[in-house]
Amino acid sequence: MTSTKKDPVLVVLQLSGGNDYMNTLVPYTDPLYRDYRQNVSIPENDVLVLDDHIGLHPSMGPLKGLYDQGKMAIVHGVGYPDSIRSHFRSMDIWHTCEPDKNGEEGWLGQAARDLDPNKENIVTTVSFGYSLFRALVSPGVPVACVDNLDSYGLLTDIGVQEERTKILDRFARMYAPAVGNDMVMDYLGQTGLEAMAGADILKVAHQNYASSVEYAETSISQKLKSIAKVHLAGLGTRIFYCDQAGFDTHANQLGTHATLWKDVSEGIVDFFSDLREHNAADNVVMLLFTEFGRRAKDNGSGTDHGSGGAAFAIGDAVKGGQYGEYPSIKLEDLQHGDLVPNLDFRGLYSTVLEDWLGLDAKPIVKGTFEKPRFL
Amino acid sequence: MADQNIALMAHLMRRAGFGAGREELEARAAKGYEATVEELVNPKEEPIDQYRFVRYHPEFIRTVTLPGMGGANWLHTMITTKRPLEEKMVLFWHQIFATGISKVDHYNVMNAQLTMFRENAMGNYRDFLVALAKDPAMIYWLDNNENHAEAVNENWGRELLELFSMGVGNYTEDDVRECSRAFTGWTIAKTPPRAYGRYDWVFEFLESDHDDGEKTFLGHTGNFDGEDVIGIICQQPATARFVARHLYNFFVADEPQVPSWSVTPPKDPEAIEILAKAFGDSGYELKPVLSVLFNSEFFKNARFAKIKSPIEAVVGAVRFAGGAEFPAPGIGNLARQSGYMGQELLNPPSVEGWHTGVEWVNSGALMKRINFTAGVLGDIERPGIQTIIGKLQAEGDLAPEDFVNTCLDLAGPLEVKPATHRELIEHASEKGDLSWNSNQAANASTARVGEMLKLIASVREFQYS
Repeated sequence: MTSTKKDPVLVVLQLSGGNDYMNTLVPYTDPLYRDYRQNVSIPENDVLVLDDHIGLHPSMGPLKGLYDQGKMAIVHGVGYPDSIRSHFRSMDIWHTCEPDKNGEEGWLGQAARDLDPNKENIVTTVSFGYSLFRALVSPGVPVACVDNLDSYGLLTDIGVQEERTKILDRFARMYAPAVGNDMVMDYLGQTGLEAMAGADILKVAHQNYASSVEYAETSISQKLKSIAKVHLAGLGTRIFYCDQAGFDTHANQLGTHATLWKDVSEGIVDFFSDLREHNAADNVVMLLFTEFGRRAKDNGSGTDHGSGGAAFAIGDAVKGGQYGEYPSIKLEDLQHGDLVPNLDFRGLYSTVLEDWLGLDAKPIVKGTFEKPRFL
Repeated sequence: MADQNIALMAHLMRRAGFGAGREELEARAAKGYEATVEELVNPKEEPIDQYRFVRYHPEFIRTVTLPGMGGANWLHTMITTKRPLEEKMVLFWHQIFATGISKVDHYNVMNAQLTMFRENAMGNYRDFLVALAKDPAMIYWLDNNENHAEAVNENWGRELLELFSMGVGNYTEDDVRECSRAFTGWTIAKTPPRAYGRYDWVFEFLESDHDDGEKTFLGHTGNFDGEDVIGIICQQPATARFVARHLYNFFVADEPQVPSWSVTPPKDPEAIEILAKAFGDSGYELKPVLSVLFNSEFFKNARFAKIKSPIEAVVGAVRFAGGAEFPAPGIGNLARQSGYMGQELLNPPSVEGWHTGVEWVNSGALMKRINFTAGVLGDIERPGIQTIIGKLQAEGDLAPEDFVNTCLDLAGPLEVKPATHRELIEHASEKGDLSWNSNQAANASTARVGEMLKLIASVREFQYS
């Protein structure tokens, strides 16, 4: 299958806010689930049945299709010991693999450094969204942060090309690394130069793009479409990153959660159809994760912050199926009313880093963790 | 060499406001530094009439507007206010008590929250927290309307402790629970169904839905309600230090990101102690601590120690260059610009607000910021830029180095590294001396000033506040 020897590509889709594990992978036959979820539960008849115990949220129909084709792995009970219920801190831990102190470097920033140690490609990592995710941060490692491919360029309002070239030359010299030890100035300098170079490279991406796939107008579908454009342009990008926010469903969860999963599922399936149409799907694996799951019992209309959750890996190279064990939902097994994660997320990362990107995971995740073998 | 009084005044106005044009800086410097701090902390000028904007833009009221444009009224206030510190404090609190239109979906209620912020921004912090707990936008944002005596919702209770007052590490999960119980029944009164637009929301205390039972919170036991809990929060040394650290991070110098504060000590612990003490001594009044801050040596010495936030970049450029005082068509587009740079007003990415400091910078955000500020400073039609051109013209013919130095002085005064300085002079030298001795020469020189300001707006040093 990999006779073409294409470089493996990773797409990360972050589900921000804490996705409710128990309503994503529903233990639909367990009476305890009905006890805990008096108001915020998925009726047994609506779940998309995976096996005798677990069914997918009804909005995940498109993903169920990928699962049935053996292209989606579901990893249960992912988290870390002594879960923290702050979004901010928990997301930081996922991004940096540092549960005990403030991590400065992101796991994918380090992966990008290992993939392209000489920084030969300024678009090895491309992120879609307004902010730079900490997972991608590593000193000196370039990241192209794009909100909109169409308007990505520096000082584009200077109409006379000759003048603009002169100003950009001057800009490049002023942003060149200075002798000194001012880290913020260096960072600004590097980022400015990357912005300039990255814009020149990325602008070809959508000029040559054509596809029969019609993506939805949702923000996640548009981000995935942009990722498809850059991937199809063959610019050597190895890591893509994007997110879907809004999973913090303390209230009115049922409707919100259904819309979120509908948007995400449709976007993913369109994305892979697009790549397949261009014969460019076989070297792409997508990873979905969230910073924590939610409280076992609902609070009347939603669910509060919890711990433990599910991750998903999707792609032709993925060995579909379910990995790990659904944590016990028996009352005596809960901690602070939450499921106890039984698979460390750093093991999940290790699978991706070693068995997909071909890197040494140990220095990045800082240890050895049990790997779910979905690749 | 820039006049040091002007340079210090420019620093004060960038931080305690949104920057100022040259003429305002000169007038304020003539009055003196301490007198200016006093006037900023106790403003005498009239506040901006919040209805002025909607008289020109009725489409911004009670309607669904395009993403990013709901903040236009606020942006207009920031651009035109003569009470700059008050408005900067509204921004300060918006970055901490971060509430978002993405969920609230009701710009009137968001703007009402801003009005409440404005009333409390420099008042008493304890009273402010009580007003915040009763603010309909906040109640809905953090689901306190779903916090019932029989079904506790922890969202507001947790964030009050974690993000709005004490910070991680100063309370237990049980405290979160007990705190949340104290706020049960603090809700929004039912509104009639939507027919002709949306009704405003009003706070309501539903006694029947309030858990009046005994609670143990941070070691105190009693039948607490929300006000009691806020009273206990305001007795904690952690709270004074947390607010002090926020003030330092916002006004003095960039700190690490908030979630790491429980494990990373402050850059300048002494400054935090000075601020926390001033805050505590005054019974959590904000004006005294602000006066102490702006008059301190650690503040005066922190020139260009912060990366401008996107809002500071946008409002600063527009206040400096002028030309946007009237809420003309196009202000909606102006209000969207900071969003492209990573800070959409009234729409923080989550309740944790924005990551600040160096995290404002990434390749896309920096590109947007440079494109915008260079566009504004290079616009020779704007009144503030005309002033600069006038001042240069009054100097007569200028050698390239003097041309660059005068521009740097007038555009800040901005201090740049020697390498940057050299490049700017080289660029100016390509076209020789700046000359005004004929119409043709004056036109060419005017264009060159625009280009030089454009270049200055794009240098690294300009991205600092």
